[in-house]
Amino acid sequence: MATFNLKVNGKSKTVNVDNDTPLLWVLRDELNLLGTKYGCGIAQCGACTVHVDGVAIRSCSVPASNIADSEITTIEGLAKEKLHPVQEAWKELDVPQCGYCQAGQIMTATSFLKQNPSPNNEDIRNAMNGNLCRCASYNRIEKAVALAAKKMS
Amino acid sequence: MKNQNKVAFSRRNFIKTSALASGGLLIGFNFFTACKEAAQPPVDISKLNFNDFNAFIKIADNGYVTIFSPNPEIGQGVKTSMPMIIAEELDVPWEHVSVQQGVLDTENFQRQVAGGSQSIRFGWDALRQTGATAKQMLVNAAAAKWGVDASTCKASNGIITNNNGDTLGYGDVVSEAALLEVPENVTLKSPKDYKIIGKDAINVDMEAIITGKPLFGLDYTSEGMKYVSVARPPAFGQKIDSFDATEAKAVNGVIDVVQFGDKVAVLASNTWAAMKGKKALKVNWTNDNDLENTSDHDHELNKILNSNKLDVRREDGNVKKAFAEADKVLEHTYESPFLPHNCMEPMNFYANVTDDKVHLVGPIQTPAGTARRIANLINRNEDDIHLEMTRMGGGFGRRLYGDFALEAAEISNITKQPVKVIFSREDDMAAGIYRPAIKYRIKASIKDGKVTGYHLKEAAINSNMYGLIPNFFPAGAIENYKVETGNYRSKITTGAWRAPYTNFLAFAEQSFFDELAKELEIDPVRLRLDLLSNVEEGKDPSIEYSAKRMTDTINLAVEKSNWGKSRDGIYQGFAAYYSHNTHVAEVVDISMKNGNPMVEKVTVAVDCGIVVNPTGAKNQIEGGVIDGIGHAMYGDFSFENGQPQDVNFNTYRLIRMKETPIVETHFVENELSPTGLGEPGLPPAGGALSNAIKAATGQVLTKQPFINEFNKRKTDLSA
Repeated sequence: MATFNLKVNGKSKTVNVDNDTPLLWVLRDELNLLGTKYGCGIAQCGACTVHVDGVAIRSCSVPASNIADSEITTIEGLAKEKLHPVQEAWKELDVPQCGYCQAGQIMTATSFLKQNPSPNNEDIRNAMNGNLCRCASYNRIEKAVALAAKKMS
Repeated sequence: MKNQNKVAFSRRNFIKTSALASGGLLIGFNFFTACKEAAQPPVDISKLNFNDFNAFIKIADNGYVTIFSPNPEIGQGVKTSMPMIIAEELDVPWEHVSVQQGVLDTENFQRQVAGGSQSIRFGWDALRQTGATAKQMLVNAAAAKWGVDASTCKASNGIITNNNGDTLGYGDVVSEAALLEVPENVTLKSPKDYKIIGKDAINVDMEAIITGKPLFGLDYTSEGMKYVSVARPPAFGQKIDSFDATEAKAVNGVIDVVQFGDKVAVLASNTWAAMKGKKALKVNWTNDNDLENTSDHDHELNKILNSNKLDVRREDGNVKKAFAEADKVLEHTYESPFLPHNCMEPMNFYANVTDDKVHLVGPIQTPAGTARRIANLINRNEDDIHLEMTRMGGGFGRRLYGDFALEAAEISNITKQPVKVIFSREDDMAAGIYRPAIKYRIKASIKDGKVTGYHLKEAAINSNMYGLIPNFFPAGAIENYKVETGNYRSKITTGAWRAPYTNFLAFAEQSFFDELAKELEIDPVRLRLDLLSNVEEGKDPSIEYSAKRMTDTINLAVEKSNWGKSRDGIYQGFAAYYSHNTHVAEVVDISMKNGNPMVEKVTVAVDCGIVVNPTGAKNQIEGGVIDGIGHAMYGDFSFENGQPQDVNFNTYRLIRMKETPIVETHFVENELSPTGLGEPGLPPAGGALSNAIKAATGQVLTKQPFINEFNKRKTDLSA
């Protein structure tokens, strides 16, 4: 067990966990931030995607000890006063079916649009390919990312 | 077809009302059964008793409406679409409606089950009647207040008006309405007057989903709850011999290790510790020599197909004679593997078994049956059981089975602690209840350029197609027709998987029809339409589909897809299938890239009657079609020594965005009662895809997943 200071969604948090505890379980079980989802545990599905210093990472495969002192943003911290344009686009296009993977999809999309603010369809497809959606809401995710890019431009 | 405006219901029997102590009207109603004589909705909103009623509507004294939605939400959209139907007839602005998941289930809760795409179909009449009855009560209350005849009053958008120009909001009369008799004869709206049905309504949980609110079973926590990881026999057929928990108990955070049946549960203070603890367990499983392999299943299923000892499920005319007299007989055998469901939210359940009660929370498609099984398992009275349903991160049939809830209840019962069982992805994929592996052998006879006989044999693992499927197309369209089934009992557990049986049967038949069309040298769509023209509507009441509706659906798909109009590098495939009371036709457009098929677009035509929520309906079709394409293309799952060979997404391939076609959905417009959409989009997709691949490459695909064929071909080429 070790003590780590994390900065999550702008707030400082202290957690006492084993060195190898993935960030995912620190967020969910220690900090009660349940929006970040477990899907596969091996960085294959993207359900657990969060931002570390603005970059999308798979929180299931990154030990919390590796990212102490970094700035972590989870789905709960994405909307400030109002919804993030990506969330707005998700809502406008009625993207989710079961909804379970969508936090990860949204976190991947927001990070991607920061790097590439005016993507074409192929860029979007490449960027979102790592996030599984078992309900296959892929058509709408693709459209929502394009719509969000438009909203943000 | 039954006209949706005339349904005989006795309102008094299935709707009861009460005046809430906190103000407002509470309506309790039942979907199919009459209410018990003594049953009354409570006067305290916190005491909703779903033993007596399927669902409740609260109209508050500000006129706002809360619907306690009865059906579990697994992503199929019923939590949005079912309340839309009530709101339509109640005639309130959709913005004034909020929806809460009904808490529980009982024996009486006839259809608190998500499955078979039946929620909307079964709910349609009761939901409309309930909304219309509530509206009439509010109108009656306003009329009494004004001293006018209720028939001179109208209600719309939550406001009641009379001929003198007076107006009252629903909220103004709700307390008076609560004291009135439930009216017997209410008028339902004509579809042309619909204001909510037929308009897009976004998912009622949208904000919560996109901002990461805890909605799912995996998100549920309680004070003192222990996280549990369970070690189960790794191979189907294995049992536990012995185990050593020393190292598991040494893992930081592990609290207890207990055996139950052939499984071992690791209880911990957090999920990570539970998972680590399980990995540290040393379990000796029995060493069996009769564990099953995929090659065994192959052999056994072939044996069934080659035998003459199958169960006849439907037989028209004389197939044997038709084959004997044929000019030509065509035969193909189609094969599909087992498939795991792979809901994105792995199986999980919370249980807290105490002397007072049994508290269960989680994602389950069959709350009533599961509660009953748990009561039996831990020897408790059913009345002690309180089951709360959460939103589900996908279902696809997997959450019809309560195995994970039973595990949680059993562990809590042993340890007397509140526990949540969490499956890892590996647990989830290896725990069984798969779509069974199936083979179909289809044989057809041709005489004088006509299809005269059709014989389908099904060989499946553990069980066979359910009762009505033998009456699907082409039953009734071919004079001599026979369906036979047989199964092999395996230790590998199987269950319903989105569009059970038809998810593969449709591929087999729809591919076969393309072969028949080639043989007859006619357009594949023409073949289907010709066969459908043989069906005299209503002549044989056992026939499940409507030839007319299917024909209209096919024509719509043909029109919207530019069927048959060749474009450079685009190859088309067609399939049409009726399942779950809905008619669907699909045209798949593919191109070939580096020897692999790229699915570019799928044009879908659907007849599901009235479309309640178009955006939700299209979402279901888009998802179902891509699911069908994805599993036909990539879904592969095999066994060695009783163990599945893939247990996570690094080797088990699910369709991803880059492989996803654009799905374009068109609905046949009519005013018929709505039918479900969770499943019917899936079955035709695989067949339409294989037919498109055949158009592109000439290759006849008979075995799923198709990707193996392409990989094999590449290996052959490079060799």
